[in-house]
Amino acid sequence: MRFINIIKVALRALRRSAMRSILTALGIIIGIAAVIAVVSIGNGAKTQVEASIASLGQNIISVFPGNFTAGGVRGGFGSASTLTVEDALAVSREVAGIVAVSPEMNDRSQILANGLNWNSQIRGEDVNYLDIRIWGIAEGEMFTEADVRNSTKVCVIGNTVATQLFQDGDPVGQSLRIRNIPFKILGVLTAKGFNYFGQDQDDLVLIPYTSHLKRIARRPNLNSILIQAQSPDQMARIQQDVTDLLQQRRNGREPDFTVRNQQELAEAATATTKTMTFLLTVIAIISLIVGGIGIMNIMLVSVTERTREIGIRLAVGAHGRDVLTQFLVEAIILSIMGGIIGIVLGIVSSHLVNKFVGWPVQISTLAIGGAVAISTVIGVFFGFYPARKAAQLDPIEALRYE
Amino acid sequence: MSAVVQLQEIHKTYDSGEVPVHAVRGVTLDIAGGEFVAVMGASGSGKSTLMNLLGCLDRPTKGRYLLGGTDVSDLDRNELADLRNQKLGFVFQGFNLLARTTARENVELPMLYGRRRFSSKEVRDHALRSLDIVGLSNRADHFPSQLSGGQQQRVAIARALINDPQILLADEPTGNLDSKTAVEIMGVFQKLNEQGITIVMVTHELDIAHYCKRNLIMRDGRLVSDTAVAGRLVATAEMQKILAAETEAKLTA
Repeated sequence: MRFINIIKVALRALRRSAMRSILTALGIIIGIAAVIAVVSIGNGAKTQVEASIASLGQNIISVFPGNFTAGGVRGGFGSASTLTVEDALAVSREVAGIVAVSPEMNDRSQILANGLNWNSQIRGEDVNYLDIRIWGIAEGEMFTEADVRNSTKVCVIGNTVATQLFQDGDPVGQSLRIRNIPFKILGVLTAKGFNYFGQDQDDLVLIPYTSHLKRIARRPNLNSILIQAQSPDQMARIQQDVTDLLQQRRNGREPDFTVRNQQELAEAATATTKTMTFLLTVIAIISLIVGGIGIMNIMLVSVTERTREIGIRLAVGAHGRDVLTQFLVEAIILSIMGGIIGIVLGIVSSHLVNKFVGWPVQISTLAIGGAVAISTVIGVFFGFYPARKAAQLDPIEALRYE
Repeated sequence: MSAVVQLQEIHKTYDSGEVPVHAVRGVTLDIAGGEFVAVMGASGSGKSTLMNLLGCLDRPTKGRYLLGGTDVSDLDRNELADLRNQKLGFVFQGFNLLARTTARENVELPMLYGRRRFSSKEVRDHALRSLDIVGLSNRADHFPSQLSGGQQQRVAIARALINDPQILLADEPTGNLDSKTAVEIMGVFQKLNEQGITIVMVTHELDIAHYCKRNLIMRDGRLVSDTAVAGRLVATAEMQKILAAETEAKLTA
């Protein structure tokens, strides 16, 4: 039989019981729609996390102080205040493949300006900080190396601080007071928004780390050291070199620092999303299998109902293969139709989730291709048994069937 | 004419139940081209089994069956299917048309399963010609549910004819029809037979068998009688009698 005729007969049979066909395909429709939606939402979340991690800067390695133990009392992460400016300078001097190093200081403090006050993060950094973080200046300019060298009382403020304290004008050139020390505002940073962890990245005052050490924190130790590697493939080596160098500088004492790279951070941040996507995909696949069994069930019913028809076809010369193909094509059409409706439904529901829940979504063409492939496979797999049953019918018995 | 069908000591035993059923017990039979044979017998006499064997729907347990000179006793399922498709035409008691499928598409069915591939136009033309033979070309696009019993059976006959078979096999073709329509169908058969088609049919109605040329009677799986029909009925004449009687009935009423 010509293939076009087989398809015609299959479509006619499906149309004859349209309601039943739709209900049968429903399992596949829901399964495929779920797969598409879950993958889209998972992809969207992953892309967002990656983007926010990337916004922290390229190829970043951070050194944090270790934990502090005294008299059996163990302080938490970063409680040991043992990272020094000398450590940072040594790293910058001795480790190869590094683009930039910035010693970091970090404190919260009340700031005053313009008769208003605001609690914000006071960060001490080197001049290259904005390059490392890929951050631009909206107005004014960044402090200079001379400012760092001389521990000058200058600052660059984040967008949030600017809007909170200078509601009616240009903050550049004015000054603000941190712990009663006036700092001259050199510039305002471009707005960066919230990061993945929900922190407002624009709520900060950036000052030279030397000024921070000397005038704000008044302690000799750094909060962390920010290192930028030349390329991603050097990250592991640099991480090791930094660890070795700092260990060496501690003359065999217990290591009191931790070296982390951005990749680890990104992995930790995406791990939850990955787990959720995996679990939901498993559920969706189970629903696809259930849908497939539904198709098999209905095809078996259909074979029984159409026993006489099969008998007639066999009597006038159809081979078993013709009947097998007939029913297989019917099952495949059923599941592919379900697949296509499922894809449409999945895309639509992804967009609805995006619109009403606000989650980022990214439709994956791979998932769509996979969905078509999966539904075809389901059609073949679950359609084969009923089709073979039809093909093996005895023509005499089939004709006599009431 | 040479024998189209040659049965030599054909046996058929069914082993499916607890006791084996010996349905056909040694039938030897020649049917020549152009014959019109009725097979009669009580139920359980083996006539249906014999028809299934003749129709290549089933294989004999023992014996040889030559169809058009070739031995078909040992062919496999697919070879038998091709044989049914090319050399045989079937007409059943219950018409066995595909529902919700037009008369023309029903007639086309055997052609679609043939070894040779035809263009859809060729298939269509063949089907219409076949329907024309049974006088139904004006009903080609009707569904079986829109046709009377006699018309449905004529569609079935057209379907049986589409591949120009050597033999037309009919299993109780008038069993579901009233006597007037039965005569009409026998008229179609007689016309086809006159054009040279060999017909073998099973019936339990003696008057229907009288439209044939040769009557076989089976009992307990054996042929017990093989006679030429004397005083054969002619369907056209019988039909006129029926119509005359109807007219008379209307006048007197």
